[in-house]
Amino acid sequence: MTTAGDTSTMFDAFQGFVHELRAAGLPVSMTENLDAMRAVEYIPLDDRESLKAALGATLVKHHGHWKVFETVFDVYFAYYSKGVNAGDGDDEPSGDAEGMSLEEMMAAMDGGGAMGDMNNEALAQMLLDALMKMDNEMLRQIAGAAVSRFAGMEPGRPVGGAYYLYRTLRQLDADGLVNKMLQQAQESGDIGEGAYDDRLAKEEFEARLKILKEMIEAEIRRRLVADRGVEAMARTLRKPLPEDVDFMHASREEMQHLQRAIYPLTRALAARLAQKRRRRNRGTLDFRQTVRHSLSYGGVPAELKFKHPRPHKPEIMVIADISGSVASFARFTLQFVYAMQSEFSRVRSFVFIDGIDEVTSFFEDSDDIAEAIHKVNTEANVVWVDGHSDYGHAFEMWHKAHIMEVTKKTTVIILGDARNNYHATQAWTIKEAQERARRVFWLDPEPRGYWDTGDSIISEYAKFCDGTFECRNLRQLSKFVAAVVDAQ
Amino acid sequence: MADRFESVAQVVERLREVDYLSDTSIAGVVFLADKLGKPILVEGPAGVGKTELAKCVAQITNSRLIRLQCYEGLDEAKALYEWNYKKQLLKIQAGKDNTKEWSAVEDDIFSEEFLLERPLLAAIRSEEPVVLLIDEVDRIEIETEALLLEVLSDFQVSIPELGTITSASGKRPIVFLTSNNTRELSEALKRRCLYLHIDYPTLEREEEIVRVRVPEIDDALATQIARVVASIRNLDIKKSPSISETIDWARTLIYLGRNEIDPETIGETLHVLLKYQGDIQKARKELGVDGPTSPLRGTASR
Repeated sequence: MTTAGDTSTMFDAFQGFVHELRAAGLPVSMTENLDAMRAVEYIPLDDRESLKAALGATLVKHHGHWKVFETVFDVYFAYYSKGVNAGDGDDEPSGDAEGMSLEEMMAAMDGGGAMGDMNNEALAQMLLDALMKMDNEMLRQIAGAAVSRFAGMEPGRPVGGAYYLYRTLRQLDADGLVNKMLQQAQESGDIGEGAYDDRLAKEEFEARLKILKEMIEAEIRRRLVADRGVEAMARTLRKPLPEDVDFMHASREEMQHLQRAIYPLTRALAARLAQKRRRRNRGTLDFRQTVRHSLSYGGVPAELKFKHPRPHKPEIMVIADISGSVASFARFTLQFVYAMQSEFSRVRSFVFIDGIDEVTSFFEDSDDIAEAIHKVNTEANVVWVDGHSDYGHAFEMWHKAHIMEVTKKTTVIILGDARNNYHATQAWTIKEAQERARRVFWLDPEPRGYWDTGDSIISEYAKFCDGTFECRNLRQLSKFVAAVVDAQ
Repeated sequence: MADRFESVAQVVERLREVDYLSDTSIAGVVFLADKLGKPILVEGPAGVGKTELAKCVAQITNSRLIRLQCYEGLDEAKALYEWNYKKQLLKIQAGKDNTKEWSAVEDDIFSEEFLLERPLLAAIRSEEPVVLLIDEVDRIEIETEALLLEVLSDFQVSIPELGTITSASGKRPIVFLTSNNTRELSEALKRRCLYLHIDYPTLEREEEIVRVRVPEIDDALATQIARVVASIRNLDIKKSPSISETIDWARTLIYLGRNEIDPETIGETLHVLLKYQGDIQKARKELGVDGPTSPLRGTASR
């Protein structure tokens, strides 16, 4: 199954794989597909790492898409992964697993093998030893045994395996393992006394534990694939690309990914915009320079010189709702705007729930945006009565204190879902802001379909905005920011 | 012509001989690039050895490295070819008295003799094996990218006066494009390339890199260095230390005669790894090391 023979099945498997990648949102073109097919001809199929590298190089052209690719790859080529075959040390690519049902596999693993009749304590001790020595082969076997023993997998369930993973890890006391490793290392004198030695050791052990987790996950996935089939499994595990992750419903892990994606994204955007700005319409004729250069052509003005245009950068005022429902959205947007600070002449920011507070100084005082955001969440004075969003009151307060500071250069950006808890709208404040400002934009993190349902009153405000945008993910956010800078 | 490599493992091994420690994904892509005759687009953070990879591949394949450094405003004349118009003018002037037909003169001045080769054309016409490195391709404008497309997909160039020029040796060079991702490259360009993302290395690989690059270092110190650097990369900082900075740090420690890293040493030399004051402070706080106490202070804190 691995090297020779059944090319058409192999071909079908690859096409299924590519199909799934496309379904997950990766833009795989025809040529890339063909390249991948050509590439695998040169790679021995039982060399899983090389196969992955080859398919990755030909099919995935954005680093951000790699995670999605990896998941799909693991599912589709699960059979080629080194599996645990009854703990007898046989780690041939288990091509024959296909023919086995889940029960058979489990039975095989429960019954025979070196770890079948071991008790739980002995297994835990073995695991600890293997982790201390970082014995990959041993770990893989233990992972297999642990899954058989603890995961309690039932065939036929339409699940992605997260629950099985959780059960296995809890039984292995994964959280306690790092401390146990630390303890053991300290006893044997492997790590020094200092606080930072501890920290390094801890990080290393955590990294090892992560490897163990991945092994267990892979093992569970492998068995699930055997049980449910490749397509069904891939569908269950399908996740959105980072740029399409919804701010409002992101998991903690996705949040971290987003956090990391923001900086490169803003850098790319800023570079593009700066370039565009520099090249756009040249300025008026620079007479002095032209005459000066004509001297080198004997007085003929052969080369015309133009003044450099100095288009003014927009001044931004961000007014953000940071109440619970939209907090993460506001955080990302603020972070994004401040990361792009160089594209604006000045950024001022206000946050509100039912009261409003200016937080510009938080960002100016610290060059660490994440820290500033943290301060905004903890120190800003945004509660007036009960800590439920009151757009009307917040806008009124803002109007009273700051409306005079809005000028023709100012672009006002309001962030929020406009869920006003049935308070008064005070939309006149926005009207006045629009009259004074260059533009007023509203970004709403909810899907357009939800606007004006329940207590959302966005259209009350939208009347006085130059644009309202649905802004649910990084893709939409960066598009919007580009438009704001561009429109100058 | 025979292929340059036989297997992925062989690429790893050969790269190792020239002190470049690769892994399966790096070597795999290089191997495929040779087999499929496709360019490699290398992305990744600054200082992880993107350019170095091209140089080392050139070295192990005994090829000449031709490098095209990209910048904003790079055009055909700088990348592909240019007519040596000064020489052409001279030629016309010299032949003034001659009663040659104009068409003959034209044929004459648009010939090989007056052609100035630029890196891309040089790579195509080269008789000897070549590795072409197009460095920081993200710096050129989108419009200029189109210029690369013909070269990269067919490895040929059309010069109106001379016709289409194809590869001389019949063997495609290995082409590397590097990008620091300051802008998204066009889909058309990406489609024509194999994609390789080089990330910061794993602990083990970094340790080995330090050992190979700084041979005088002892093993324990290399291990420690790799661990500290890995730990710093875990922090949420502006600019993570690159591999080249790790190596610089290792060398610094050797010059200072340190055989072991203690918190004080880290505090004194952190500025070799980190280039932002905010990052340095954060790392100090997180690692629990103090600021510099030695005469190095002046340089260390700025």
